[in-house]
Amino acid sequence: MTSDTPTLDVRDLKTHFFTKAGVARAVDGVSFTVGKGEVVGLVGESGSGKSVTGFSIIGLVDPPGRVVSGEVRFKGQNLLDLKAEQMRKLRGNRIAMIFQDPMMTLNPVLRVDTQMVETIRAHDASVSKADALARARDALGQVGIPAPDERLRSYPHQFSGGMRQRVAIAIALLNKPDLIIADEPTTALDVTIQGQILYEAQKLCRETGTSMIWITHDLAVVAGLADKICVMYGGRIVEQGLIDDVLDHPVHPYTRGLLGSVPGHNTRGHRLYQIPGMAPSLLNLPEGCAFQARCPKADDACKALPHITNPVPGREIRCFHPHLDQDEEIGA
Amino acid sequence: MSVFIIRRLMQSVIVVAVMSLIVFVGVNVVGDPVDMLINPEADQAEIERVIRDLGLDRPLHEQYLYFVGNAFEGDLGKSFVFGESALKLIVQRMPATFELAFSALLMAIVIGVPFGVYAGMRPNAISSRTIMAGSILGFSLPTFWVGLMMIMVFAVMLGWLPSTGRGDTVEIFGIEVSFLTADGLSHLLMPALNLALLKISLVIRLARAGTREAMHQDYVKFARAKGLSETRVILVHVLKNIMIPVVTVLGLEFGSLIAFSVVTETVFAWPGMGKLLIDALHNLDRPIIVAYLMMIVLVFVIINLIVDIFYSVLDPRVRLKDAGQ
Amino acid sequence: MSDAAEQTTAHAVDPVKVETPLQRFVSDYADNKISVVAFIVLVGIIFIAIFAPWISPTDPYDLAKVSIFDSKLEPGTKSMDGVTFWLGTDSAGRDLLSSIFYGLRISLGVGVMSGVIALCIGSAIGLIAAYYGGRIDTLIMRIVDIQLSFPAILVALILISVLGKGVDKVIIALVLVQWAYYARTVRGSALVERNKEYIEAATCLALGNNRIVFRHLMPNCLPPLIVVGTVQTAHAISLEATLSFLGVGLPITEPSLGLLIANGFEVMLSGLYWVSFFPGIALLITIVSINLVGDQLRDVLNPRLQK
Ligand SMILES: Nc1ncnc2c1ncn2[C@@H]1O[C@H](COP(=O)(O)OP(=O)(O)OP(=O)(O)O)[C@@H](O)[C@H]1O
Ligand code: SF4
Ligand SMILES: [Mg+2]
Repeated sequence: MTSDTPTLDVRDLKTHFFTKAGVARAVDGVSFTVGKGEVVGLVGESGSGKSVTGFSIIGLVDPPGRVVSGEVRFKGQNLLDLKAEQMRKLRGNRIAMIFQDPMMTLNPVLRVDTQMVETIRAHDASVSKADALARARDALGQVGIPAPDERLRSYPHQFSGGMRQRVAIAIALLNKPDLIIADEPTTALDVTIQGQILYEAQKLCRETGTSMIWITHDLAVVAGLADKICVMYGGRIVEQGLIDDVLDHPVHPYTRGLLGSVPGHNTRGHRLYQIPGMAPSLLNLPEGCAFQARCPKADDACKALPHITNPVPGREIRCFHPHLDQDEEIGA
Repeated sequence: MSVFIIRRLMQSVIVVAVMSLIVFVGVNVVGDPVDMLINPEADQAEIERVIRDLGLDRPLHEQYLYFVGNAFEGDLGKSFVFGESALKLIVQRMPATFELAFSALLMAIVIGVPFGVYAGMRPNAISSRTIMAGSILGFSLPTFWVGLMMIMVFAVMLGWLPSTGRGDTVEIFGIEVSFLTADGLSHLLMPALNLALLKISLVIRLARAGTREAMHQDYVKFARAKGLSETRVILVHVLKNIMIPVVTVLGLEFGSLIAFSVVTETVFAWPGMGKLLIDALHNLDRPIIVAYLMMIVLVFVIINLIVDIFYSVLDPRVRLKDAGQ
Repeated sequence: MSDAAEQTTAHAVDPVKVETPLQRFVSDYADNKISVVAFIVLVGIIFIAIFAPWISPTDPYDLAKVSIFDSKLEPGTKSMDGVTFWLGTDSAGRDLLSSIFYGLRISLGVGVMSGVIALCIGSAIGLIAAYYGGRIDTLIMRIVDIQLSFPAILVALILISVLGKGVDKVIIALVLVQWAYYARTVRGSALVERNKEYIEAATCLALGNNRIVFRHLMPNCLPPLIVVGTVQTAHAISLEATLSFLGVGLPITEPSLGLLIANGFEVMLSGLYWVSFFPGIALLITIVSINLVGDQLRDVLNPRLQK
């Protein structure tokens, strides 16, 4: 591994769900990289395949889903080639994931300390129980849980949703992973806590070189936190680039729709607004660009699949008709 | 916690009181108490003496109190056949029945849970389908006939296991038990398995359903995301969740095990209280029947109580909810 | 391909020809091969039970025809007058196959009879509970709950010990064991139906209560009742066999399968396995086929599972 090998390099990843009703191509040719200490924001509408992308990386796609092709290179090594046991050793250790629904992620019948200590000892059996407990306590303190000693002996149902999510975040931090995949981790938290967690996350990345994939609906969060942004639509990344560039000058029609932007204005701090029309069902996506039914610029060319292009430096998009003229009005 | 126990205790007392009333009415109103409790071979003087003793010449509500009073003193009449206190006879036979029922319960868990979890982990595998077909069959098999077939195969044809009795027993805490001697264990094996059969099927179904549900839960996925081994995910995260329904249902079924041991004890000539009851039914030894009924009601109520408490220990959500009230 | 085409044309030509509910029910049921086999077996068993006196090779209870010299013969041996005992004979020289046919008749008869009576009584009580609600409902359901919390065998033993022995007593005991299930089932579905509009409409039209119950409630409670009925009948047959085996069920003058098995028990230890083996198999096949049919009925009749 050379110094400029990215922590994570996902190449043309395809994860499909083979359901009775047909094949759902939840992730369909996704490529992106996450450098050391870098935070990548993954945004998109509900059902666009963000979570499935995360699960594909850590190798936990539920049946009937399956990674059908592509590569997931973690520090140069393709995770898809690893044996189950090797992958297990990475999970929760070098790569951690925080799930979307804080109410469901903790086991209701096990105490919080049990669920934390087992995470440490699964990867290093030599750690004593006392040491593991001490680390668990520190991790709880780190995510802002008061009286961590007491809380360790509690059961999940004694915590509020926000508290549970913080416990889940603390569990992800326990083994000081190289990569954290955070699936909308702050949605359930109130604003002050959210700010605190974001600050902690950023600090962690800067100080320890931890990389992060931050999945969210909330552009304000990505704007303040991420270095890069990937915008997903219908299982594909339609636009990616440096956060400021993309937010200031989106070139993909979908990204522009998301931002609802008027060129020249600073778009930071805006929430996603709903684009007219329905998010398509993954089961019967049209041939070609998935966005064509809702796209103001769609024409016959869009019936073919747009390949990844670099219309502006440092930007990758999938679109035949990008908005390159910065003064163009939306929908024109 | 203690509030919870006290409340459950009070409920139990009420149920016992109601059931004692039902048994009393059953004996005194539906059946003729003179018939029920007095040896048909007794002469007239004897009959009159017992009628006075039992207070049968007094009004019904007084009789009931009398019955309860006697029951409290452990006096539910004398067996016609043995001439001894019926309650004492029942209590003497109780350890044998409990040993059988406990062994069956243990077998149901030890055999049922692994099969059920396995079938729940891969519901579509042929092996899992075979397990489920077996459990459907287990529900339909007449227990007593299976017992006979076991005796025929393992005792008569193969000669591996003894077919009747308890074998050698040892005494611990003043109670005779079979499972501590090799001979006793060989006597216990077949009856316990026979009694367990239905419950094994039940546990397989419960464990399978629970496992299937748990496998789809986020907390299992999260446990995997933490890098836990599959063994730990199944043995701790899944198992601990499915054990709550399994233990609850099995606990409640313990009473039915004791009731069904009537059949198994008859087949294997196991000297428990079920066998005593059947013999009493044959001999019209009514005090024994009454004593058995009161005893089994008590056992049922106590079991329900224990299961409730156990349940609250296993499932933190129940415990805390109750304490908070 | 051509089949599909034919079907479409048939529909086009004759649009009236739609699947009736019964046809749909039959085709849904036939989806599962095992259930079809179970149904055929069950029909066969019922046929044997009804016509046992005419189709049995011998009359096992005609003392003139049973010879003690034929006793304890192995399955397949021929009798002195040339009849083959396919399943062997018992210690009195009775042909086991014939005994089983007659036994099925008794077992099934007692099971079905108790089931039907329990269904009538239980449904009536359940309907009363659902229809009148309030205290009556609470009281009835409390009794149901308490009874169902005790295992059936125990309730049956208590009843037998109070009532005494005899065919009628066994049927009464089986009815008292079962009624609560029917009552609970009927009450449940009647409560659902009760809230539906047409009952309100019917009440508004001031139809008699009886009419509402029998015209409107009954037909809608039927599907769950059929399912519970099959399962409970299987239970009743099994329970009767158990009681008879224990010697507290049917008298020896009514040799049901349970009694046949009990008879075999006495000679089994000396190696005559067939005397209790075959009646048990007959009992098992009966119960399994009823349960399988019941299972499939539940799937087919369950409105939630219907497409
Ligand atoms: N278990 C599954 N079975 C079938 N299809 C699935 C399954 N899980 C996900 N999918 C498919 O994958 C698509 C993407 O799901 P995913 O959870 O990744 O969306 P998401 O972008 O995370 O949305 P959200 O913001 O709502 O979390 C879904 O629309 C669905 O079609
Ligand atoms: S490819 Fe066509 S349809 Fe797709 S986003 Fe670009 S312009 Fe719109
Ligand atoms: Mg998601």
